[in-house]
Amino acid sequence: MGRFIVRRTLSAAALLFATSVVVFGIFEVIPSYNPGRAIAGRNATPQTVAIVNKKFGFNQPFYRQYLNTMKLIFTGQIVDYQDQLNVVSEFKSRFPATLSLVIPAALIWLIAAIILGSVSALRAGRFADKALMVMAIVGVSIPVFLLGAVLLYLLAYKLTIFPNTGYVSLTSNPAQWAYYLILPWFSIALLSIGFYSRVLRSNLLDMVNEDFVRTAKAKGLSQQRVFRRHVLRNSLMPILTMFGLDFATLLGGAALVTETLFNIPGVGQYEATAIGNLDVPPILVGAMFTAFFVVLFGALIDVVYALLDPRVRLTG
Amino acid sequence: MAERLLEVEDLQVSFATEDGVVRAVDGVTFTLDRGEVLAIVGESGSGKSVTSMTLMGLTRGPNARFAGSAKLKGKELLTASEEDLQHIRGAEIAMIFQDPISSLSPVHRIGDQIVEQIRAHDKKVSKGEAFDHAVELMERVGIPHARARARAFPHEFSGGMRQRAMIAMALSLSPSVLIADEPTTALDVTIQAQILAEVKTLKEHSDSGIIFVTHDLGVVADIADRVIVMYAGRVVEQGTLDEIFYDPQHPYTWGLLGSVTRMDRDPPKRLPSIPGLPPSLIRAPRGCHFRPRCPHEFERCAEVPPLEARVAEAPDHLDRCWLEVEDKRTRREIEGRIGLVRDAA
Repeated sequence: MGRFIVRRTLSAAALLFATSVVVFGIFEVIPSYNPGRAIAGRNATPQTVAIVNKKFGFNQPFYRQYLNTMKLIFTGQIVDYQDQLNVVSEFKSRFPATLSLVIPAALIWLIAAIILGSVSALRAGRFADKALMVMAIVGVSIPVFLLGAVLLYLLAYKLTIFPNTGYVSLTSNPAQWAYYLILPWFSIALLSIGFYSRVLRSNLLDMVNEDFVRTAKAKGLSQQRVFRRHVLRNSLMPILTMFGLDFATLLGGAALVTETLFNIPGVGQYEATAIGNLDVPPILVGAMFTAFFVVLFGALIDVVYALLDPRVRLTG
Repeated sequence: MAERLLEVEDLQVSFATEDGVVRAVDGVTFTLDRGEVLAIVGESGSGKSVTSMTLMGLTRGPNARFAGSAKLKGKELLTASEEDLQHIRGAEIAMIFQDPISSLSPVHRIGDQIVEQIRAHDKKVSKGEAFDHAVELMERVGIPHARARARAFPHEFSGGMRQRAMIAMALSLSPSVLIADEPTTALDVTIQAQILAEVKTLKEHSDSGIIFVTHDLGVVADIADRVIVMYAGRVVEQGTLDEIFYDPQHPYTWGLLGSVTRMDRDPPKRLPSIPGLPPSLIRAPRGCHFRPRCPHEFERCAEVPPLEARVAEAPDHLDRCWLEVEDKRTRREIEGRIGLVRDAA
């Protein structure tokens, strides 16, 4: 276990380093990229731009700029170019909103996908299965921004069942919090429900023909018990891997479309704005933030794997 | 007379597939009494596994069709409800499968899998009691350090130990019928012998009826009381062990017996085999299914031969061959595969 933690920590450090270099490097090669000009303003004189370039170090060599930026990030002093806000405290204050969005959405899609995938597999080939799988395809095919917009238009604007975008924090009013977030939760979850339930269905159908499932039946277990304890239990593993990665990237800001559309002040919304402005510090921090979660959840999933399947051993 | 456990009559099982209807089992009739070991012998695809799994309702499915009758102590199994079958499976009829590596759940402890079997049929047994019973069973089938090993997972067991665990599981509720579906096929030869010894002990110490499905005639000679020879979904011959081994009536049985090396004979230069392959069960040959591979085939073989006694002094020795008994004995001798030396036994 100790060895596992050490190795994963080292690989996390390596990944963070690689991510930061690549992301930072991208801006070096973008032709129209001129941060000094962006900060100084559209009508600034060349002198002002030169002063800004000198102040922010944009005229220094790449590796110097990179080291400076890293130093600022790890001392928590990095500011974005656009509004001169502290990026780290911005991420800190926005993270609760992202958690509020992503955690319930993840639970919804995981539970719904397990139920729908199971129903589909148990009724394989029959009407319920076919209907569910068509719905799953539709769910997978609809882009999040379209689904979110349609939900907003129909349920918030036309029928006024739900509020028209916005966010209330959990601590100030839990009921309002959920009320404002229901639509965003489902617009994130729907795609994954479709995808996960299809994957689970095919895992389940493969598993049904396994010898140990036949043994379970031959023992005289009820169909329900055979399904839950033997078939489902052994089919969940591949889903878990997918879940870890999807969940990690959403936490890192991959829900930026939903956050922007529903005006939820999360890290994704911040990153979306930053990307629009070619604002390097938030983009860089966002990428490293995501990379961190990917490594963290990768390790967590491996631990869960080892707990669920005794044949798996933790290795770095 | 021993209690009759199973009465199977004219059992037919067919599966609808994309290529057509597979008649996997076509008119199988046999009985099983308490305390006896019945061997079902045949090549792969002869319908022996389907026959035994049908008894437990394990071949049921949207594409399966059944006809005939299979009764356990007078109760019809083919039409039994899924719920009735659940009570029969494991408790009345238990099964040991071919491949112990894939037949145990990889994610549950061995002991827990036996406990699950015990408690599936009697909820009043506490987990602790069931576990103690599981440990006892594991000791009985020769698993050392059973109490500690019960907490191990299947991948921590060797193949032979896993098969022992499967046997312990099958025995946990003292079923009246025990079906062993090629239990030694996937194991090393030395382990095979140990597992066989285990089944023999079982035969002596329990009063279950045992159905032993195998294609290994050496194993049959070792443990069976009676033998059914199946070919392409049909029973071609059945009788006592001695009848089948020393006076086989069907050319297919001769072929099977001829393909075995024997300790009491000079080794052959080349081990004889039956030429050709078993027919497709979708378009089986007209008449006798063995006809295309049979060197003794004649006109009448295009009609289906009935399964009946042809040796007057052995009314329970049935076979499906049109040849006259005396004719068979001569041809068998000429084929030179079967010895009729009864004293050799």
